Amino acid sequence: MGTLTEEIFSHKLGRTVEQGETVIVEVDRVMSHDTTSPLAIQAFRKLAQQSGGRVFNPRRSHIVFDHIIPAATIAAATLQRDIRSFAREQDITVLQEGICHQVMPERGYVVPGSIIVGADSHTCTYGALGAFATGMGSTDIGVAYATGRTWFRVPTTINIEITGRLPFGVYAKDITFEMVRQVGVDGANYRAIEYTGSLVEGLSVSERFTFCNMAIEMGGKAGLITPDAITQAWLHGRTTAEYPMLSPRNPQYERVFHIDASRLQPMIACPPDVNNVVPIGDVTNIGIDEVFLGTCTNGRLDDLAIAAGILHGKTIHPNTRMVVVPASREIYLAAMRLGYLETFIQAGATVENPGCGPCIGRHQGVLAPGERALTTMNRNFTGRMGDPTAEIYLGSPATAAATALCGHIADPREFLAQHATN
Amino acid sequence: MGRIWTLGDNVNTDVIIPGRYNVTTDRAQLAKYCLCEILPDFAQQVQSGDVIMGGHNFGCGSSREHAPASILACGVRVVIARSFARIFYRNSVNIGLPVLVCEEAVLASRDGQRIEVDLTTGIITNIDLERTFQAEPLTPFIARIVEAGGIIAYIQKEGTLR
Repeated sequence: MGTLTEEIFSHKLGRTVEQGETVIVEVDRVMSHDTTSPLAIQAFRKLAQQSGGRVFNPRRSHIVFDHIIPAATIAAATLQRDIRSFAREQDITVLQEGICHQVMPERGYVVPGSIIVGADSHTCTYGALGAFATGMGSTDIGVAYATGRTWFRVPTTINIEITGRLPFGVYAKDITFEMVRQVGVDGANYRAIEYTGSLVEGLSVSERFTFCNMAIEMGGKAGLITPDAITQAWLHGRTTAEYPMLSPRNPQYERVFHIDASRLQPMIACPPDVNNVVPIGDVTNIGIDEVFLGTCTNGRLDDLAIAAGILHGKTIHPNTRMVVVPASREIYLAAMRLGYLETFIQAGATVENPGCGPCIGRHQGVLAPGERALTTMNRNFTGRMGDPTAEIYLGSPATAAATALCGHIADPREFLAQHATN
Repeated sequence: MGRIWTLGDNVNTDVIIPGRYNVTTDRAQLAKYCLCEILPDFAQQVQSGDVIMGGHNFGCGSSREHAPASILACGVRVVIARSFARIFYRNSVNIGLPVLVCEEAVLASRDGQRIEVDLTTGIITNIDLERTFQAEPLTPFIARIVEAGGIIAYIQKEGTLR
Protein backbone atom coordinates (compact mmCIF):
# COMPACT_ATOMS: atom_id res chain seq x y z
CA MET A 1 0.00 0.00 0.00
CA GLY A 2 1.26 3.45 -0.74
CA THR A 3 2.55 5.95 -3.24
CA LEU A 4 4.31 4.72 -6.36
CA THR A 5 7.59 5.55 -4.60
CA GLU A 6 6.67 3.41 -1.60
CA GLU A 7 5.48 0.60 -3.88
CA ILE A 8 8.83 0.59 -5.70
CA PHE A 9 10.84 0.51 -2.47
CA SER A 10 8.55 -2.15 -0.95
CA HIS A 11 8.87 -4.29 -4.09
CA LYS A 12 12.64 -3.90 -4.05
CA LEU A 13 13.07 -4.73 -0.36
CA GLY A 14 10.37 -7.42 -0.15
CA ARG A 15 8.61 -5.75 2.76
CA THR A 16 6.29 -2.83 3.31
CA VAL A 17 8.28 0.37 3.35
CA GLU A 18 6.91 3.62 4.70
CA GLN A 19 7.78 7.22 3.98
CA GLY A 20 10.28 8.70 6.37
CA GLU A 21 12.30 5.56 7.04
CA THR A 22 15.94 5.29 6.02
CA VAL A 23 16.67 2.26 3.83
CA ILE A 24 19.70 0.79 2.14
CA VAL A 25 18.86 -0.69 -1.26
CA GLU A 26 20.59 -2.35 -4.17
CA VAL A 27 20.41 -0.11 -7.21
CA ASP A 28 19.59 -1.35 -10.71
CA ARG A 29 21.74 1.15 -12.59
CA VAL A 30 24.41 3.70 -11.76
CA MET A 31 25.29 6.54 -14.14
CA SER A 32 27.80 9.37 -14.33
CA HIS A 33 28.89 11.68 -17.16
CA ASP A 34 32.05 13.41 -18.30
CA THR A 35 31.82 16.22 -15.73
CA THR A 36 30.85 14.15 -12.69
CA SER A 37 32.80 10.94 -13.38
CA PRO A 38 36.25 12.24 -12.32
CA LEU A 39 35.19 12.90 -8.71
CA ALA A 40 33.13 9.68 -8.68
CA ILE A 41 36.21 7.72 -9.75
CA GLN A 42 38.23 9.38 -6.96
CA ALA A 43 35.60 8.27 -4.42
CA PHE A 44 35.44 4.77 -5.94
CA ARG A 45 39.25 4.41 -5.65
CA LYS A 46 39.12 5.15 -1.93
CA LEU A 47 36.88 2.09 -1.46
CA ALA A 48 39.23 -0.30 -3.25
CA GLN A 49 39.54 -2.46 -0.18
CA GLN A 50 35.78 -2.87 0.08
CA SER A 51 35.12 -3.35 -3.65
CA GLY A 52 38.17 -5.37 -4.61
CA GLY A 53 38.90 -2.55 -7.06
CA ARG A 54 36.02 -3.51 -9.38
CA VAL A 55 32.67 -1.82 -9.99
CA PHE A 56 29.73 -3.84 -8.64
CA ASN A 57 28.57 -4.73 -12.16
CA PRO A 58 30.06 -3.27 -15.37
CA ARG A 59 26.84 -3.98 -17.33
CA ARG A 60 24.86 -1.89 -14.85
CA SER A 61 27.44 0.90 -14.56
CA HIS A 62 27.10 3.58 -17.23
CA ILE A 63 29.37 6.42 -18.22
CA VAL A 64 27.93 8.84 -20.77
CA PHE A 65 29.94 11.61 -22.44
CA ASP A 66 27.52 14.46 -23.12
CA HIS A 67 28.46 17.63 -21.29
CA ILE A 68 31.49 18.69 -23.35
CA ILE A 69 31.57 16.32 -26.30
CA PRO A 70 33.70 16.54 -28.37
CA ALA A 71 36.09 18.03 -25.82
CA ALA A 72 36.35 21.82 -26.23
CA THR A 73 39.44 22.41 -24.11
CA ILE A 74 42.63 20.57 -23.19
CA ALA A 75 41.38 20.32 -19.61
CA ALA A 76 38.17 18.59 -20.72
CA ALA A 77 40.05 16.31 -23.13
CA THR A 78 42.44 15.29 -20.37
CA LEU A 79 39.64 14.42 -17.95
CA GLN A 80 37.88 12.46 -20.69
CA ARG A 81 41.07 10.57 -21.51
CA ASP A 82 41.34 9.56 -17.85
CA ILE A 83 37.66 8.52 -17.68
CA ARG A 84 38.08 6.39 -20.82
CA SER A 85 41.06 4.70 -19.23
CA PHE A 86 38.99 3.95 -16.10
CA ALA A 87 36.13 2.61 -18.22
CA ARG A 88 38.47 0.27 -20.14
CA GLU A 89 39.95 -0.96 -16.88
CA GLN A 90 36.46 -1.66 -15.48
CA ASP A 91 34.99 -3.08 -18.71
CA ILE A 92 32.42 -0.26 -18.89
CA THR A 93 31.30 1.00 -22.31
CA VAL A 94 31.56 4.78 -22.62
CA LEU A 95 28.40 5.96 -24.41
CA GLN A 96 28.90 8.90 -26.76
CA GLU A 97 25.56 9.13 -28.50
CA GLY A 98 23.67 11.91 -26.77
CA ILE A 99 22.47 13.24 -23.43
CA CYS A 100 22.63 10.70 -20.62
CA HIS A 101 18.95 11.19 -19.77
CA GLN A 102 17.90 10.37 -23.32
CA VAL A 103 20.43 7.61 -23.98
CA MET A 104 19.73 5.64 -20.78
CA PRO A 105 16.01 5.16 -21.56
CA GLU A 106 16.59 4.67 -25.31
CA ARG A 107 18.97 1.81 -24.60
CA GLY A 108 16.36 0.11 -22.45
CA TYR A 109 18.30 0.66 -19.22
CA VAL A 110 15.29 2.24 -17.53
CA VAL A 111 12.26 0.04 -16.80
CA PRO A 112 9.29 0.42 -14.46
CA GLY A 113 10.05 -0.41 -10.85
CA SER A 114 13.80 0.03 -11.14
CA ILE A 115 15.91 2.16 -8.83
CA ILE A 116 18.53 4.25 -10.61
CA VAL A 117 21.04 6.77 -9.29
CA GLY A 118 22.94 9.17 -11.50
CA ALA A 119 25.54 11.86 -10.94
CA ASP A 120 23.34 14.50 -12.54
CA SER A 121 20.39 16.30 -11.02
CA HIS A 122 18.12 15.58 -13.99
CA THR A 123 18.32 11.82 -13.42
CA CYS A 124 14.76 12.29 -12.14
CA THR A 125 13.74 12.24 -15.84
CA TYR A 126 13.59 8.42 -15.79
CA GLY A 127 10.54 8.49 -13.52
CA ALA A 128 8.55 9.03 -16.74
CA LEU A 129 8.86 5.26 -17.23
CA GLY A 130 7.79 4.42 -13.67
CA ALA A 131 11.30 4.08 -12.23
CA PHE A 132 12.52 5.70 -9.01
CA ALA A 133 15.51 7.67 -10.23
CA THR A 134 17.36 10.48 -8.54
CA GLY A 135 20.39 12.69 -8.93
CA MET A 136 23.26 12.50 -6.47
CA GLY A 137 26.75 13.88 -6.17
CA SER A 138 29.88 12.14 -7.35
CA THR A 139 30.86 10.63 -4.00
CA ASP A 140 27.47 8.91 -3.63
CA ILE A 141 27.85 7.60 -7.17
CA GLY A 142 31.39 6.40 -6.44
CA VAL A 143 29.96 4.51 -3.45
CA ALA A 144 27.24 3.02 -5.69
CA TYR A 145 29.84 1.95 -8.29
CA ALA A 146 31.81 0.26 -5.51
CA THR A 147 28.99 -1.37 -3.54
CA GLY A 148 25.97 -1.51 -5.86
CA ARG A 149 24.05 0.07 -3.03
CA THR A 150 22.94 3.41 -1.70
CA TRP A 151 20.91 4.78 1.17
CA PHE A 152 17.65 6.69 0.92
CA ARG A 153 15.22 8.33 3.20
CA VAL A 154 11.95 7.15 1.62
CA PRO A 155 10.42 10.50 0.70
CA THR A 156 6.96 11.87 1.27
CA THR A 157 5.17 12.62 -1.98
CA ILE A 158 3.48 15.60 -3.60
CA ASN A 159 0.79 14.80 -6.15
CA ILE A 160 0.29 17.06 -9.16
CA GLU A 161 -2.98 16.17 -10.85
CA ILE A 162 -3.41 17.58 -14.35
CA THR A 163 -6.73 17.49 -16.13
CA GLY A 164 -8.20 19.18 -19.20
CA ARG A 165 -6.72 19.39 -22.68
CA LEU A 166 -3.72 21.27 -23.99
CA PRO A 167 -4.95 24.41 -25.75
CA PHE A 168 -3.65 25.30 -29.20
CA GLY A 169 0.01 26.39 -28.97
CA VAL A 170 0.44 25.16 -25.39
CA TYR A 171 2.73 22.22 -24.69
CA ALA A 172 3.94 19.96 -21.89
CA LYS A 173 6.77 22.44 -21.22
CA ASP A 174 4.27 25.23 -20.56
CA ILE A 175 2.50 23.03 -18.00
CA THR A 176 5.81 22.45 -16.19
CA PHE A 177 6.20 26.23 -15.78
CA GLU A 178 2.75 26.36 -14.19
CA MET A 179 3.83 23.53 -11.86
CA VAL A 180 6.98 25.39 -10.77
CA ARG A 181 4.96 28.59 -10.36
CA GLN A 182 2.53 26.82 -8.02
CA VAL A 183 4.86 24.47 -6.15
CA GLY A 184 7.87 26.84 -6.00
CA VAL A 185 11.54 26.12 -6.59
CA ASP A 186 11.87 24.23 -3.29
CA GLY A 187 8.28 23.16 -2.65
CA ALA A 188 9.18 19.54 -3.43
CA ASN A 189 12.58 19.55 -1.67
CA TYR A 190 13.25 16.09 -0.12
CA ARG A 191 9.98 14.88 -1.68
CA ALA A 192 8.92 12.83 -4.66
CA ILE A 193 6.40 14.20 -7.15
CA GLU A 194 3.80 11.89 -8.68
CA TYR A 195 2.02 13.21 -11.76
CA THR A 196 -1.51 11.90 -12.27
CA GLY A 197 -4.72 12.89 -14.01
CA SER A 198 -6.44 12.42 -17.34
CA LEU A 199 -4.01 14.66 -19.22
CA VAL A 200 -0.96 12.74 -17.96
CA GLU A 201 -2.51 9.42 -18.99
CA GLY A 202 -2.74 10.67 -22.57
CA LEU A 203 0.78 12.09 -22.82
CA SER A 204 3.47 10.57 -25.01
CA VAL A 205 6.59 9.23 -23.30
CA SER A 206 8.53 12.21 -24.65
CA GLU A 207 6.13 14.64 -22.95
CA ARG A 208 6.33 12.57 -19.77
CA PHE A 209 10.12 12.94 -19.88
CA THR A 210 9.63 16.73 -20.02
CA PHE A 211 7.41 16.59 -16.92
CA CYS A 212 9.72 14.38 -14.85
CA ASN A 213 12.85 16.24 -16.00
CA MET A 214 11.48 19.41 -14.40
CA ALA A 215 10.80 17.75 -11.01
CA ILE A 216 14.21 18.88 -9.72
CA GLU A 217 13.31 22.49 -10.58
CA MET A 218 10.79 22.20 -7.73
CA GLY A 219 13.46 20.58 -5.55
CA GLY A 220 11.98 17.11 -6.21
CA LYS A 221 14.01 14.03 -5.32
CA ALA A 222 12.17 12.16 -8.06
CA GLY A 223 9.27 12.68 -10.46
CA LEU A 224 7.17 9.64 -11.30
CA ILE A 225 4.37 8.61 -13.62
CA THR A 226 2.57 5.30 -13.21
CA PRO A 227 3.58 2.97 -16.06
CA ASP A 228 0.83 2.03 -18.50
CA ALA A 229 0.28 0.70 -22.03
CA ILE A 230 2.00 3.79 -23.48
CA THR A 231 5.08 3.01 -21.36
CA GLN A 232 5.06 -0.64 -22.44
CA ALA A 233 4.70 0.26 -26.10
CA TRP A 234 7.68 2.63 -25.87
CA LEU A 235 9.83 0.00 -24.14
CA HIS A 236 8.89 -2.67 -26.67
CA GLY A 237 11.95 -3.46 -28.73
CA ARG A 238 14.24 -1.53 -26.36
CA THR A 239 14.51 -4.15 -23.64
CA THR A 240 13.72 -7.79 -23.13
CA ALA A 241 13.88 -7.42 -19.34
CA GLU A 242 10.85 -8.33 -17.30
CA TYR A 243 9.58 -5.56 -15.10
CA PRO A 244 6.79 -5.05 -12.57
CA MET A 245 3.92 -2.74 -13.55
CA LEU A 246 3.63 -1.12 -10.14
CA SER A 247 1.05 1.55 -9.39
CA PRO A 248 0.06 3.58 -6.32
CA ARG A 249 -2.33 1.78 -3.98
CA ASN A 250 -4.32 4.02 -1.68
CA PRO A 251 -1.48 6.57 -1.63
CA GLN A 252 -1.15 9.11 1.15
CA TYR A 253 0.06 12.29 -0.52
CA GLU A 254 1.48 15.07 1.60
CA ARG A 255 -0.07 17.68 -0.66
CA VAL A 256 -2.08 17.72 -3.89
CA PHE A 257 -1.90 20.39 -6.61
CA HIS A 258 -4.51 20.58 -9.39
CA ILE A 259 -3.83 22.07 -12.80
CA ASP A 260 -6.52 22.46 -15.46
CA ALA A 261 -4.42 22.53 -18.63
CA SER A 262 -7.33 23.91 -20.66
CA ARG A 263 -6.88 27.27 -18.94
CA LEU A 264 -3.16 27.65 -19.72
CA GLN A 265 -1.38 29.72 -22.34
CA PRO A 266 2.24 29.70 -23.56
CA MET A 267 4.51 30.73 -20.70
CA ILE A 268 8.03 32.00 -20.17
CA ALA A 269 10.30 31.48 -17.14
CA CYS A 270 12.28 34.72 -16.84
CA PRO A 271 15.78 34.97 -15.35
CA PRO A 272 17.20 34.13 -12.90
CA ASP A 273 14.87 31.50 -11.33
CA VAL A 274 12.54 28.95 -12.88
CA ASN A 275 9.52 30.08 -10.82
CA ASN A 276 9.75 33.56 -12.34
CA VAL A 277 6.94 32.58 -14.71
CA VAL A 278 4.84 34.97 -16.82
CA PRO A 279 2.31 34.53 -19.64
CA ILE A 280 4.17 35.02 -22.91
CA GLY A 281 2.21 38.19 -23.69
CA ASP A 282 4.04 40.00 -20.87
CA VAL A 283 7.48 39.65 -22.48
CA THR A 284 7.01 39.54 -26.26
CA ASN A 285 8.94 42.79 -26.74
CA ILE A 286 12.22 41.40 -25.38
CA GLY A 287 14.96 41.09 -28.02
CA ILE A 288 16.77 37.76 -28.21
CA ASP A 289 20.37 37.21 -29.39
CA GLU A 290 20.39 33.41 -29.30
CA VAL A 291 17.71 30.74 -29.49
CA PHE A 292 18.65 27.26 -28.30
CA LEU A 293 16.47 24.25 -29.08
CA GLY A 294 17.58 21.03 -27.40
CA THR A 295 18.47 19.51 -23.96
CA CYS A 296 17.13 16.64 -21.87
CA THR A 297 13.98 18.72 -21.37
CA ASN A 298 13.08 19.42 -24.99
CA GLY A 299 15.54 17.95 -27.51
CA ARG A 300 13.42 15.01 -28.65
CA LEU A 301 11.92 14.24 -32.04
CA ASP A 302 8.48 15.69 -31.29
CA ASP A 303 10.14 18.90 -30.06
CA LEU A 304 12.17 19.17 -33.26
CA ALA A 305 9.05 18.40 -35.32
CA ILE A 306 7.09 21.26 -33.73
CA ALA A 307 9.94 23.73 -34.30
CA ALA A 308 10.57 22.51 -37.86
CA GLY A 309 6.86 22.92 -38.63
CA ILE A 310 7.10 26.61 -37.70
CA LEU A 311 10.45 27.23 -39.40
CA HIS A 312 9.78 25.34 -42.62
CA GLY A 313 10.52 27.51 -45.66
CA LYS A 314 11.37 30.54 -43.51
CA THR A 315 14.54 32.27 -42.37
CA ILE A 316 15.45 33.21 -38.81
CA HIS A 317 15.67 36.91 -37.96
CA PRO A 318 19.04 38.50 -38.85
CA ASN A 319 19.46 39.89 -35.30
CA THR A 320 19.38 36.45 -33.75
CA ARG A 321 21.16 33.12 -34.08
CA MET A 322 19.75 29.68 -33.47
CA VAL A 323 21.41 26.52 -32.18
CA VAL A 324 19.68 23.14 -32.53
CA VAL A 325 20.99 20.10 -30.64
CA PRO A 326 19.10 16.80 -30.96
CA ALA A 327 19.16 14.95 -27.63
CA SER A 328 20.54 11.70 -29.04
CA ARG A 329 21.93 10.02 -32.12
CA GLU A 330 18.65 8.14 -32.57
CA ILE A 331 16.77 11.44 -32.65
CA TYR A 332 19.41 13.07 -34.84
CA LEU A 333 19.09 10.33 -37.47
CA ALA A 334 15.30 10.36 -37.38
CA ALA A 335 15.25 14.18 -37.70
CA MET A 336 17.59 13.87 -40.66
CA ARG A 337 15.38 11.31 -42.40
CA LEU A 338 12.27 13.41 -41.79
CA GLY A 339 13.90 16.54 -43.22
CA TYR A 340 13.83 18.55 -39.97
CA LEU A 341 17.58 19.12 -39.94
CA GLU A 342 17.47 20.45 -43.48
CA THR A 343 14.64 22.79 -42.46
CA PHE A 344 16.72 24.12 -39.56
CA ILE A 345 19.84 24.54 -41.69
CA GLN A 346 17.95 26.23 -44.53
CA ALA A 347 16.38 28.58 -41.96
CA GLY A 348 19.87 29.65 -40.86
CA ALA A 349 20.18 27.63 -37.65
CA THR A 350 23.33 25.77 -36.60
CA VAL A 351 22.69 22.07 -36.02
CA GLU A 352 25.17 20.55 -33.57
CA ASN A 353 26.04 17.02 -32.53
CA PRO A 354 23.88 15.25 -29.89
CA GLY A 355 24.78 16.24 -26.32
CA CYS A 356 24.10 18.96 -23.78
CA GLY A 357 25.19 21.69 -26.21
CA PRO A 358 25.36 25.21 -24.73
CA CYS A 359 23.14 24.36 -21.73
CA ILE A 360 26.05 24.48 -19.29
CA GLY A 361 27.86 27.41 -20.85
CA ARG A 362 31.06 25.71 -21.83
CA HIS A 363 30.89 25.49 -25.62
CA GLN A 364 28.73 25.46 -28.76
CA GLY A 365 26.98 28.79 -28.19
CA VAL A 366 28.04 30.65 -25.02
CA LEU A 367 26.61 34.11 -24.31
CA ALA A 368 28.45 37.43 -24.25
CA PRO A 369 27.96 40.05 -21.50
CA GLY A 370 24.47 41.51 -21.68
CA GLU A 371 23.16 39.08 -24.29
CA ARG A 372 19.79 37.36 -23.99
CA ALA A 373 18.83 33.82 -24.91
CA LEU A 374 15.50 32.07 -25.28
CA THR A 375 16.01 28.38 -24.74
CA THR A 376 14.13 25.12 -24.21
CA MET A 377 16.38 24.32 -21.22
CA ASN A 378 15.27 23.60 -17.65
CA ARG A 379 17.33 26.27 -15.87
CA ASN A 380 17.78 30.00 -16.33
CA PHE A 381 20.36 30.57 -13.57
CA THR A 382 22.83 33.44 -13.63
CA GLY A 383 25.94 32.58 -15.66
CA ARG A 384 24.66 29.18 -16.78
CA MET A 385 25.23 29.83 -20.49
CA GLY A 386 28.28 32.05 -20.28
CA ASP A 387 28.75 35.55 -18.96
CA PRO A 388 26.92 36.22 -15.66
CA THR A 389 25.32 39.37 -17.07
CA ALA A 390 23.68 37.39 -19.89
CA GLU A 391 20.00 36.52 -19.38
CA ILE A 392 18.23 33.22 -20.06
CA TYR A 393 14.50 32.96 -20.79
CA LEU A 394 12.91 29.51 -20.89
CA GLY A 395 10.08 28.44 -23.18
CA SER A 396 8.62 25.62 -25.25
CA PRO A 397 10.10 24.43 -28.58
CA ALA A 398 7.26 26.23 -30.42
CA THR A 399 8.07 29.47 -28.60
CA ALA A 400 11.76 28.96 -29.45
CA ALA A 401 11.01 28.60 -33.16
CA ALA A 402 8.67 31.61 -33.24
CA THR A 403 11.25 33.67 -31.35
CA ALA A 404 13.99 32.73 -33.82
CA LEU A 405 11.84 34.04 -36.67
CA CYS A 406 11.08 37.35 -34.95
CA GLY A 407 14.33 38.14 -33.14
CA HIS A 408 12.31 38.86 -30.01
CA ILE A 409 10.22 36.63 -27.73
CA ALA A 410 7.22 35.69 -29.85
CA ASP A 411 3.90 33.94 -29.24
CA PRO A 412 3.97 30.68 -31.22
CA ARG A 413 0.21 30.65 -31.74
CA GLU A 414 0.45 33.22 -34.54
CA PHE A 415 2.90 31.04 -36.46
CA LEU A 416 1.08 27.80 -35.75
CA ALA A 417 -2.09 29.41 -37.12
CA GLN A 418 -0.25 30.31 -40.35
CA HIS A 419 1.16 26.83 -40.49
CA ALA A 420 -2.29 25.29 -40.00
CA THR A 421 -3.94 27.37 -42.75
CA ASN A 422 -1.10 26.85 -45.22
CA MET B 1 36.18 32.22 15.43
CA GLY B 2 35.31 33.43 11.95
CA ARG B 3 33.37 36.05 10.06
CA ILE B 4 29.89 35.61 8.62
CA TRP B 5 29.25 35.89 4.89
CA THR B 6 25.51 36.25 4.31
CA LEU B 7 23.74 35.17 1.14
CA GLY B 8 20.06 35.09 0.17
CA ASP B 9 17.56 32.40 -0.82
CA ASN B 10 18.01 29.85 -3.63
CA VAL B 11 21.80 30.16 -3.93
CA ASN B 12 22.25 27.64 -6.76
CA THR B 13 25.26 25.52 -7.62
CA ASP B 14 25.79 27.45 -10.88
CA VAL B 15 26.64 30.57 -8.89
CA ILE B 16 28.64 28.64 -6.28
CA ILE B 17 30.88 27.20 -9.01
CA PRO B 18 29.94 27.96 -12.63
CA GLY B 19 30.05 25.23 -15.26
CA ARG B 20 32.87 27.01 -17.04
CA TYR B 21 35.17 26.58 -14.02
CA ASN B 22 34.31 23.06 -12.82
CA VAL B 23 36.03 20.99 -15.50
CA THR B 24 38.66 19.92 -12.98
CA THR B 25 39.18 17.88 -9.84
CA ASP B 26 41.79 20.34 -8.51
CA ARG B 27 40.35 21.69 -5.23
CA ALA B 28 42.60 24.79 -5.28
CA GLN B 29 41.25 25.63 -8.73
CA LEU B 30 37.66 25.17 -7.51
CA ALA B 31 38.36 27.38 -4.47
CA LYS B 32 39.60 30.18 -6.71
CA TYR B 33 36.18 30.62 -8.35
CA CYS B 34 33.92 29.88 -5.37
CA LEU B 35 30.81 32.11 -5.45
CA CYS B 36 32.42 34.26 -8.18
CA GLU B 37 29.08 35.05 -9.85
CA ILE B 38 27.55 36.75 -6.82
CA LEU B 39 30.52 37.66 -4.57
CA PRO B 40 33.48 38.29 -6.90
CA ASP B 41 35.84 39.11 -3.98
CA PHE B 42 34.83 36.15 -1.83
CA ALA B 43 37.52 33.72 -2.90
CA GLN B 44 40.28 36.26 -2.23
CA GLN B 45 38.94 37.60 1.05
CA VAL B 46 37.52 34.52 2.76
CA GLN B 47 39.61 33.28 5.67
CA SER B 48 39.91 29.86 7.17
CA GLY B 49 37.19 29.47 9.79
CA ASP B 50 34.69 31.83 8.15
CA VAL B 51 31.04 30.84 7.99
CA ILE B 52 28.55 31.12 5.12
CA MET B 53 24.93 31.87 6.03
CA GLY B 54 22.29 31.22 3.40
CA GLY B 55 18.53 31.54 3.25
CA HIS B 56 16.12 28.91 1.98
CA ASN B 57 17.04 26.16 -0.51
CA PHE B 58 20.80 26.71 -0.33
CA GLY B 59 22.67 24.78 -3.05
CA CYS B 60 19.73 24.12 -5.35
CA GLY B 61 20.20 23.09 -8.98
CA SER B 62 22.87 20.82 -10.37
CA SER B 63 24.25 17.76 -8.55
CA ARG B 64 27.82 18.99 -9.04
CA GLU B 65 29.83 18.06 -5.99
CA HIS B 66 32.30 20.70 -7.12
CA ALA B 67 30.02 23.20 -5.33
CA PRO B 68 30.48 22.01 -1.72
CA ALA B 69 34.04 20.98 -2.62
CA SER B 70 34.88 24.55 -3.63
CA ILE B 71 33.39 25.93 -0.39
CA LEU B 72 35.32 23.39 1.67
CA ALA B 73 38.54 24.15 -0.22
CA CYS B 74 38.14 27.87 0.63
CA GLY B 75 38.49 27.03 4.30
CA VAL B 76 34.85 27.74 5.19
CA ARG B 77 34.17 26.06 8.53
CA VAL B 78 30.43 25.51 8.17
CA VAL B 79 27.46 26.54 6.02
CA ILE B 80 24.39 27.52 8.04
CA ALA B 81 21.09 27.99 6.21
CA ARG B 82 17.36 28.21 6.76
CA SER B 83 17.09 25.13 4.51
CA PHE B 84 19.28 23.20 2.07
CA ALA B 85 18.51 21.67 -1.32
CA ARG B 86 18.64 17.89 -0.95
CA ILE B 87 21.57 16.99 -3.23
CA PHE B 88 23.82 19.78 -1.92
CA TYR B 89 23.10 18.74 1.66
CA ARG B 90 23.90 15.11 0.97
CA ASN B 91 27.06 16.00 -0.98
CA SER B 92 28.27 18.20 1.88
CA VAL B 93 27.71 15.46 4.46
CA ASN B 94 29.46 12.97 2.19
CA ILE B 95 32.62 15.03 1.73
CA GLY B 96 32.83 16.40 5.27
CA LEU B 97 31.66 20.00 4.77
CA PRO B 98 29.66 20.79 7.92
CA VAL B 99 26.12 22.00 7.19
CA LEU B 100 23.64 23.17 9.83
CA VAL B 101 20.03 24.26 9.61
CA CYS B 102 19.27 27.17 11.96
CA GLU B 103 16.53 29.57 11.00
CA GLU B 104 17.00 31.87 14.02
CA ALA B 105 20.75 32.32 13.60
CA VAL B 106 20.35 33.24 9.93
CA LEU B 107 17.54 35.70 10.60
CA ALA B 108 19.43 37.43 13.44
CA SER B 109 22.94 37.56 11.99
CA ARG B 110 24.45 40.16 9.68
CA ASP B 111 27.29 40.10 7.19
CA GLY B 112 30.75 40.47 8.74
CA GLN B 113 29.77 39.63 12.32
CA ARG B 114 32.02 37.32 14.31
CA ILE B 115 30.79 33.80 15.00
CA GLU B 116 31.77 30.63 16.77
CA VAL B 117 30.20 27.25 16.02
CA ASP B 118 30.46 24.10 18.12
CA LEU B 119 29.96 21.35 15.56
CA THR B 120 29.44 18.61 18.12
CA THR B 121 26.60 20.36 19.95
CA GLY B 122 25.27 22.51 17.10
CA ILE B 123 25.51 25.61 19.29
CA ILE B 124 26.11 28.75 17.24
CA THR B 125 27.44 31.83 19.03
CA ASN B 126 27.20 35.22 17.35
CA ILE B 127 29.88 37.08 19.29
CA ASP B 128 28.86 40.56 18.16
CA LEU B 129 25.22 39.97 19.10
CA GLU B 130 26.22 38.11 22.28
CA ARG B 131 23.57 35.52 21.40
CA THR B 132 23.60 31.76 21.02
CA PHE B 133 21.43 29.62 18.80
CA GLN B 134 20.78 25.88 18.63
CA ALA B 135 20.96 24.29 15.16
CA GLU B 136 18.48 21.54 14.24
CA PRO B 137 19.74 18.07 15.20
CA LEU B 138 20.93 15.70 12.46
CA THR B 139 18.94 12.56 11.65
CA PRO B 140 20.56 9.48 13.26
CA PHE B 141 21.95 8.00 10.02
CA ILE B 142 23.39 11.31 8.86
CA ALA B 143 24.86 11.89 12.31
CA ARG B 144 26.76 8.59 11.95
CA ILE B 145 28.17 9.66 8.57
CA VAL B 146 29.17 13.08 9.94
CA GLU B 147 30.76 11.47 12.98
CA ALA B 148 32.85 9.23 10.72
CA GLY B 149 33.98 12.26 8.68
CA GLY B 150 32.00 11.51 5.49
CA ILE B 151 30.50 8.60 3.61
CA ILE B 152 33.84 7.17 2.44
CA ALA B 153 35.26 7.10 5.96
CA TYR B 154 31.95 5.68 7.20
CA ILE B 155 32.09 2.75 4.77
CA GLN B 156 35.79 2.19 5.43
CA LYS B 157 34.96 1.97 9.13
CA GLU B 158 31.87 -0.24 8.75
CA GLY B 159 33.36 -2.38 5.98
CA THR B 160 30.29 -1.81 3.81
CA LEU B 161 27.26 0.45 3.46
CA ARG B 162 24.86 -0.50 6.23
